[in-house]
Amino acid sequence: MEFLPQIAFLIIVATASFFLYKRITQIRKNIFLGKPAGRTDNTYERWKTMLLVAFGQQKMFKRIVPAFLHLLIYTGFLVINLEVLEFVIDGLAGTHRIFAPYLGDFYTVLINIFEFLSVAVLFSCFAFLIRRNVMKVKRFSGEEMRKWPTLDANLILVIEIILMFAILTMNATDSLIQGQDDHYAQTGTFFFSSFLIPLFEGMSVSTLIFVERFAWWFHIIGILGFAIYVTYSKHLHIAMAFPNTWYSNLEQKGKIENMPVVTNEVKMMLGMPTEGVNEPPAEIARFGAKDVNDLSWVNIMNAYSCTECGRCTSQCPANMTGKKLSPRKIMMATRDRAEEVGASLAKGGKGLEDGKSLLGDFIIKEEINACTSCNACVEACPINIDPLSIILEMRRYVSMEESAAPASWNGMFQNIETSFSPWKFAPTDRFNWAQDLKKES
Amino acid sequence: MSDNINQVPTMAEMTAKGESPEVLFWVGCAGSFDDRYKKVTLAFIKILNKVGISYAVLGEEETCTGDPARRAGNEFLFQMQAIANIQVLDGYNVKKIVTACPHCFNTLKNEYPELGGNYEVIHHSTFLQQLINEGKVGLKGGGEFKGKKITYHDSCYLGRANNIYDAPREVLEALDAELVEMKRCRTKGLCCGAGGAQMFKDAEPGDKEVNIERTEEALETGANIIAAGCPFCMTMMRDGVKTKEKEDSVEVMDLAELIAKNEGL
Repeated sequence: MEFLPQIAFLIIVATASFFLYKRITQIRKNIFLGKPAGRTDNTYERWKTMLLVAFGQQKMFKRIVPAFLHLLIYTGFLVINLEVLEFVIDGLAGTHRIFAPYLGDFYTVLINIFEFLSVAVLFSCFAFLIRRNVMKVKRFSGEEMRKWPTLDANLILVIEIILMFAILTMNATDSLIQGQDDHYAQTGTFFFSSFLIPLFEGMSVSTLIFVERFAWWFHIIGILGFAIYVTYSKHLHIAMAFPNTWYSNLEQKGKIENMPVVTNEVKMMLGMPTEGVNEPPAEIARFGAKDVNDLSWVNIMNAYSCTECGRCTSQCPANMTGKKLSPRKIMMATRDRAEEVGASLAKGGKGLEDGKSLLGDFIIKEEINACTSCNACVEACPINIDPLSIILEMRRYVSMEESAAPASWNGMFQNIETSFSPWKFAPTDRFNWAQDLKKES
Repeated sequence: MSDNINQVPTMAEMTAKGESPEVLFWVGCAGSFDDRYKKVTLAFIKILNKVGISYAVLGEEETCTGDPARRAGNEFLFQMQAIANIQVLDGYNVKKIVTACPHCFNTLKNEYPELGGNYEVIHHSTFLQQLINEGKVGLKGGGEFKGKKITYHDSCYLGRANNIYDAPREVLEALDAELVEMKRCRTKGLCCGAGGAQMFKDAEPGDKEVNIERTEEALETGANIIAAGCPFCMTMMRDGVKTKEKEDSVEVMDLAELIAKNEGL
């Protein structure tokens, strides 16, 4: 019986790890539905980008208020989780605050820092709830934010608030128990949780221990449960932001990725020497993207990294003038489709062959046709997500596989083909402007 | 060469004479055909002639870079154009290109190398900035624009696409005018609405045109002149100013035109 809590703890951690592992494997598979992306060059620049943009939150600071609030939660997340190490050791060894005797006064300092951050996280979470639900900051609403995405956002904040209260409750009751039970080591005063002490004063030691234990178990199970929840949520950015920025597009934003398959065909048409054409072409799937497997895996990773903050959509010229396009929705749709296909394949279902596709069932042409390729969305994203490349791949599919580009674009194509200009002018008139100049002299 | 300010040497002529110019001026389709933007071309030619740089144009041999085709999804057409253009450029052994169109600039600079076309490509804003720094064109006390308010509209293909924000502003500063910024500028600059081949089709259904949104922002600055560095932006902003019935008080002008005017050209 003595080891029951430890066994229970072990089972809980093992079960949570199992589900987490399964979920991570599934997400990995979903991401790799996409085509190879390269992007392993220039590792120095990649590490630097990751350090600055993800770890250093560089792009967040374009908007100072949310950046500051987010920084508090982010620091809290990084630092408070150090305490989880002690939780795990205590849980497995049956000890209580195992580091306290070794670290002495420094332990008190550490716990006070954790407590300060817990309060800071609480403050930010409440501020974020107010921004979303009372101030109704515009970028948190929008067509794609109905139902689940809004609930998800609020749930995350509420769960974090509850977890922080659990820590503070645990510390407050712990302080009261100290000196009354030998199992509880002396730790010195915890500043922030001491404000909660009046709530528990006058309780018997056994009640206090019950509350303290309850808060301890609640916190650790809460963290494990939250970790699994995160993999289904937009909150996955806490992990994905790092690889996502490592695999950033390091080229100039104006450059559209080349299609070497097309280069070979064009060169053959022009009777020019081509590279590696004698080999049979490696299964040319499609020109452009109709479904998630036509995108690159980085596109899909982008989708799993998106935390739906809406900075992209709020900067999009098409969206702000009432067009259907929302870059955030492009990313959310990509993730939804990858999840759907992945879940179906995992069950031995039809997967991509389910009669649906990303373009058509999740994203419509009116959306992709509204894009001005201005890169405002790419610039705005705090973790370098690139909705534009998905839009352009879809335009390629529509134009080259379906020949269904808007009629005026087809006209423009024809003009380029016949008069080498997007406008219908005689190529022989191209240099007439020089005549105007001579007339001036 | 600067004897006649209105001469335009072509690559073909120069090659025939056994000369090879230092820089090719890529005029672009708008610069060649669009009545408004032809004036920008002429202004830039006058500047080139005045400072006596060895340059040439392709004339009738120039064709669309393929930018709008690629952005509308027609990769075949883009690459047909690109590869044909690269053959012409390499045929003349072109090393350096200057252009007054950010879309041509972006495509030539960023997208031609993968197809075998490697050139030093600069936008005319950078080129003009260099001329100013070298003292070849520049300040004239009490110039044409003294006391006027100018706002600069960032072209997406110059700004976010290629991180060129300072060159056009430095060009404007040489004018001795007051440079006022719009609310959304530089990395946050708002598109004119014409990029990504939107120039060549009607906008999708919505409740406002992008160029109106941008023009309103430009007008809010109280500027007399909206400076642009892109033919598409020029068209969109002019349409916006016209719609707002401000064409009597607000002018949309290209950087080259402003410099040429300041130089009395």
